Amino acid sequence: MSALLARLAEYRGEILISILETGIMMANSLLAALLVGLPIGTLLYLARPGGPYPRPALHRALNLYVNVVRSVPFLLFVVALIPVTRALVGTSFGTTAASVPLAFVAAALYARFSEQTLLDVPEQTVELARSLGAGPLQLIGLFLYPEARSGLVLSLTTVTISMVSYSTIMGVVGGGGVGDFAIRYGYQTYEYDLMYTMILLMIVAVMLIQGAGTLTARLIDKRAR
Amino acid sequence: MIELSHVTKSFPQGRSAVTALDDLSLTIGDREMFGIVGESGSGKSTLLRLINHLEAPTSGTVRVGGEDLGALSPRELRVRRRGIGMVFQQFNLLGNATVHDNVARPLRLQRRREPDTVQQMLEFVKMAGHSRKHPSQLSGGEQQRVAIARALVTRPKILLCDEPTSALDSGTTDEVMAILRDVRDRFGTTIVLVSHELEVIKASCDRAAVLSGGRLAALTEVTPPPPRERFDSYAARAREFLA
Ligand SMILES: Nc1ncnc2c1ncn2[C@@H]1O[C@H](COP(=O)(O)OP(=O)(O)OP(=O)(O)O)[C@@H](O)[C@H]1O
Ligand SMILES: [Mg+2]
Repeated sequence: MSALLARLAEYRGEILISILETGIMMANSLLAALLVGLPIGTLLYLARPGGPYPRPALHRALNLYVNVVRSVPFLLFVVALIPVTRALVGTSFGTTAASVPLAFVAAALYARFSEQTLLDVPEQTVELARSLGAGPLQLIGLFLYPEARSGLVLSLTTVTISMVSYSTIMGVVGGGGVGDFAIRYGYQTYEYDLMYTMILLMIVAVMLIQGAGTLTARLIDKRAR
Repeated sequence: MIELSHVTKSFPQGRSAVTALDDLSLTIGDREMFGIVGESGSGKSTLLRLINHLEAPTSGTVRVGGEDLGALSPRELRVRRRGIGMVFQQFNLLGNATVHDNVARPLRLQRRREPDTVQQMLEFVKMAGHSRKHPSQLSGGEQQRVAIARALVTRPKILLCDEPTSALDSGTTDEVMAILRDVRDRFGTTIVLVSHELEVIKASCDRAAVLSGGRLAALTEVTPPPPRERFDSYAARAREFLA
């Protein structure tokens, strides 16, 4: 045990940097989920055939984006996206560059999840908003999101956890991060103690994220007794 | 004044269409309490949705306060809609908002903050003591009273009620109907009341229309029941009925 602690102390700098790198990738992914994924999911909901503001062409286009991003195997997606990444951030290597494909996936995932969450809002809520003369932004901000908020938090939690997993392979484009650290030492130099410590760290992180998400969702859900 | 003239409404269904309302003409006067009865599928809800401009007629005209709704832009329609209150069978309260916030929501849509009006309306429906609760903590009758307060908070000239008592037991029904009669007497609101419960219409309305297959089957003055049939409490009603 003390031997392990000594080794962890020895690698302290590298470990901290890898945690920081994972943090950056996660933060960028979540930002993309909220700033791009949620609006896309909301538009998918509103513009669907039979929805409050049917726009078939827009709906098809957004649906295509979500389906394409979600269907390409992630490693392949990372490589295929390299030209886009280079155009967006000027390089295809490093933590920032690694954030780009992660952001695309996070946005697509959360778009689908938030669409599904909004579909669970009772049709009566929409009917109420319309009868009160709500415009589209009011429908979203004063009726749909307040009623869907616990589902939106839970699905954001799921996306976050998926991104922890996706981010582990970002080593292929020099993204670094905890997963990359574990793979480098565990797979390439057979230092299993370091690898298992990192895996444990990720398990604990996932449990904390899930716990926080579940608790928040429960606290803000006032719909049932 | 609400005037429907030769209104037909059909919904496309596959290759054909369902006719929900068929050449219906009807005038409802100011401050009237007007009942609409009819079997399921006879077009009652569609009629209310036309008056509230949630649906446009396939042909014919709907005029509210002398204004032809067909001539208005979507934005103007939204504004007109705010002058008409609506009460639903399932109350349609927001489960994540408190009683106070539910009632305040129509004002918020108009960027108005009038806590006193909200409070007044809650007092009017006798729910002022529950303003910090959430709907799930209330009984069905209490929820419907909150929904009535919400519909009235913008002081609409017209109140449309779609089966407001159908999800309630008979004692609570009397309570809610007493409030609706108060609304008419105190605020001079025109009330259009859809219900399949004939006693409810009989006890409160001045006139009633009977719909059948989307057509106006009858239009009649309502004779109020002898006063003893109006009960103030469920216990009194139950005792009278059973004895
Ligand atoms: N949006 C719609 N799309 C297709 N058909 C509709 C739509 N709204 C109503 N209809 C049809 O129009 C007819 C009248 O419906 P409406 O809801 O007005 O009846 P109702 O008298 O309110 O019935 P209930 O007592 O069951 O509420 C029905 O046959 C219904 O299926
Ligand atoms: Mg109906």
